[in-house]
Amino acid sequence: MKPTFLSVLKLAAVAAVAVAFLPSGAAAQKTLKFIPEADLRILDPIWTTAYITRNHGYMVYDTLFAIDEHFKVQPQMADRYTVSPDGLLYTITLRDGLKFHDGQPVRSADCIASLERWAKRDGFGQKTAEMIVEMKPVDDKTFSIRLKQPYPLLIESIGKLSSNVPFIMPERIAKTDADKQITEAIGSGPFKFVKDEWVPGNKAVYVKNTDYVPRKEPPSWAAGGKVVKVDRVEWVYIPDAATAAAAITAGEVDMWQQLPPDLVPLLQRSKDVVVANVDPLGSMGILRFNHLQPPFNNPKMRQAVLQMVDQKEYMAGVAGDPKNWKTCFSYYTCGTPLASEMGADMLKGSRDLAKAKQLVKEAGYNGEKVVVMDATDQPIVHSQALITTELLRKLGLNVDLQASDWGTLITRRASKEPVEKNGWSIFHTWFVGPDLTNPALSLPLRGAGQASWFGWPTDEKIEQLRNAWFTAPDADAQVKYAHELQEEAFQSVPYVPTGQFIIPSAYRKNLKGVIVAPVAFLWNIEKN
Amino acid sequence: MFAYVVRRVLATIPVMGVVALFVFSLLYLAPGDPAAIIAGDLATADDILRIRAKLGLDEPFLVRFWTWLWAVLHGDLGISIFTNLPVTRLIGQRVEPTLALTLSTLLVAVIVAVPMGVLAAWKAGRWQDRAVMAFAVIGFSVPIFVLAYLLIFGLSLGLDLLPVQGYASIRDGFGPFIQHLILPSVALGITYMALIARITRASMLDVLSQDYIRTAQAKGLAADKVLIGHALKNAAVPIVTVIGIGVGLLISGVVVTETVFAIPGIGRLTVDAILRRDYPIIQGVILIFSAAYVLVNLLVDLSYTLLDPRIRY
Repeated sequence: MKPTFLSVLKLAAVAAVAVAFLPSGAAAQKTLKFIPEADLRILDPIWTTAYITRNHGYMVYDTLFAIDEHFKVQPQMADRYTVSPDGLLYTITLRDGLKFHDGQPVRSADCIASLERWAKRDGFGQKTAEMIVEMKPVDDKTFSIRLKQPYPLLIESIGKLSSNVPFIMPERIAKTDADKQITEAIGSGPFKFVKDEWVPGNKAVYVKNTDYVPRKEPPSWAAGGKVVKVDRVEWVYIPDAATAAAAITAGEVDMWQQLPPDLVPLLQRSKDVVVANVDPLGSMGILRFNHLQPPFNNPKMRQAVLQMVDQKEYMAGVAGDPKNWKTCFSYYTCGTPLASEMGADMLKGSRDLAKAKQLVKEAGYNGEKVVVMDATDQPIVHSQALITTELLRKLGLNVDLQASDWGTLITRRASKEPVEKNGWSIFHTWFVGPDLTNPALSLPLRGAGQASWFGWPTDEKIEQLRNAWFTAPDADAQVKYAHELQEEAFQSVPYVPTGQFIIPSAYRKNLKGVIVAPVAFLWNIEKN
Repeated sequence: MFAYVVRRVLATIPVMGVVALFVFSLLYLAPGDPAAIIAGDLATADDILRIRAKLGLDEPFLVRFWTWLWAVLHGDLGISIFTNLPVTRLIGQRVEPTLALTLSTLLVAVIVAVPMGVLAAWKAGRWQDRAVMAFAVIGFSVPIFVLAYLLIFGLSLGLDLLPVQGYASIRDGFGPFIQHLILPSVALGITYMALIARITRASMLDVLSQDYIRTAQAKGLAADKVLIGHALKNAAVPIVTVIGIGVGLLISGVVVTETVFAIPGIGRLTVDAILRRDYPIIQGVILIFSAAYVLVNLLVDLSYTLLDPRIRY
């Protein structure tokens, strides 16, 4: 049959549609699509403590030292280091082959400038800087740090795992004022940031740094060999959790860092998705008091709340499934070397309403209004606020639960005014496990008054013990001071730990080599 | 006509000025501090104060407003507080997805809803009319996000026909581009379709009862010629008006649709900026949305002269 004009036209139309709907010619390169915990908006991991920027930092930058899964500090960019017999001079030598993404070699001067900038912003860094007389290059690959007094925590501080991490940057960038945000992302880490493809609020793209020379050791948290096994990583920010769940189920993304508890059962039923805990330390919930204003400027009132907090209730509200939480009656993250239950009787024993009411009476509570700040857009904060409000009502306090969004809460918490002038009495938040592992890192475990983190507790003994911990001569002495500090904290109650929880992750079954660590590290992952 | 257009364009200047002042004042009064958000949860109060000073957020209202306005008058919408990138660049990155989504929705809605309204009016009181009205009621009643989830679970996860989320630029190929737009357009367009269908029906019913339509039918003119050539043309002015007004509806719907389908458009940029108090972005986006809305209304007004020769400016 002779083809008619109409039949040819139809054929052409069908072919055009078929071609149009074929998948676009994606290159054969392996791309890992990852839904991060938040949207990447700030590139400077020294300027902000935001965890998402810290995670970006681990993609792009490398560190001189790093913590492994046994909480040991291991050389990372450093090849080796020596300590003088008097403990006052550290000499650090870099590994061979370290190169920044702009092709320049990593030099001692880059390391010194980076450490100097970090020490201006980070709490542990500031303490470390107080101990340092000078840092100076010996040659391009070696530099020395001279101390005022023996300081065994030096290497631990510059191997810090969580925000702010002392990442190494080129000297020209690290010389930027610490209060000014850097806009470049040039590191020497295992991935290169593709700034042209960065769409804040949507996508951040990294490609494998083919010049990176990984260490020979197997990966272990932030330490060991950072071997990249994909060509490209795309952080795809999907703000809606239901859509994210559908996207990973359909295979449009490969990995989702933090699942909301209510979607865990749904994804567990998916045959192609693994739901797993890849964060061994999880996070710690906290209930923070305003120590400047009544009624929680009175330690007995804080002890009354401590007496009433039932971590099981809090954690059931925060994390749901008991497999995803546990009680932790310690100011240090459970599962880490300093964690203990010393002094925790008021928190871990049976909840005693009569005793708590007696403490309230002894405190002379006179019906002052208690404002509990709630951020309804943050489920972890919101559920804790609701439980605390109920608990305070049981105690007979005059409670006002004030709901807002997180942006408003973190602004308002800076107010030191009374509640009648837009002040506050209690707010909740959470810290990732690594941030509460010792007195140097734990921001809320201070007693420095106005210099303390929001809530501003004053406790001279806590400060003395913290200072003693910094200069403790050995590990045993460190443990002793840390435990004494905890015992004091359970008396003065700077805050109440509300339990330890994990936020499960999900990834497609074709991924292998996902690293179990407190930070989402994306090296070592294979995609088949 | 030309004088009218010039007059209308000039009239937008005070409108935009009022919008600018209004938005700036609202943001100034709104609680929340970007410096606190930037600093992160581990920051101290001193860190926040330092960042606030660096960003100029501690300046008085009038100083900040004048600085911003002066920059806007020079075509500079400012720098995002968070990303340190120019607002114009951030908006530029987001224009294509939003434009593609709104235009495709507009196109599909008009192509589907106008014939539905005409059919409903023509078959008034019969099952076709009831079916169209039932669709309109459902379209008005179902929230966009509910429909969006139903579409995702039905067509993407259930039948594996279309992608769940995301956006593919037309530069990546026409197929992926269209595939990524179908579900969001349907979800966003359903309310719009319902609105246009109802207005078209009402307007057509009014016109169909006119004497000249009866005369045309009495002359034996074919039904399609009566409907399209006579009735629809005369019913078009209110329909076009509603299509124009509905652009405002689309703009608000875009925010939800882009969030559910993870489309990197201006709607999501706005929501993210509001949650983080990224003032320069919020101000820039609202100015642009306002300008777009004013422009659409101007185009609608001008289209009247084409649809009805009796209207002259």
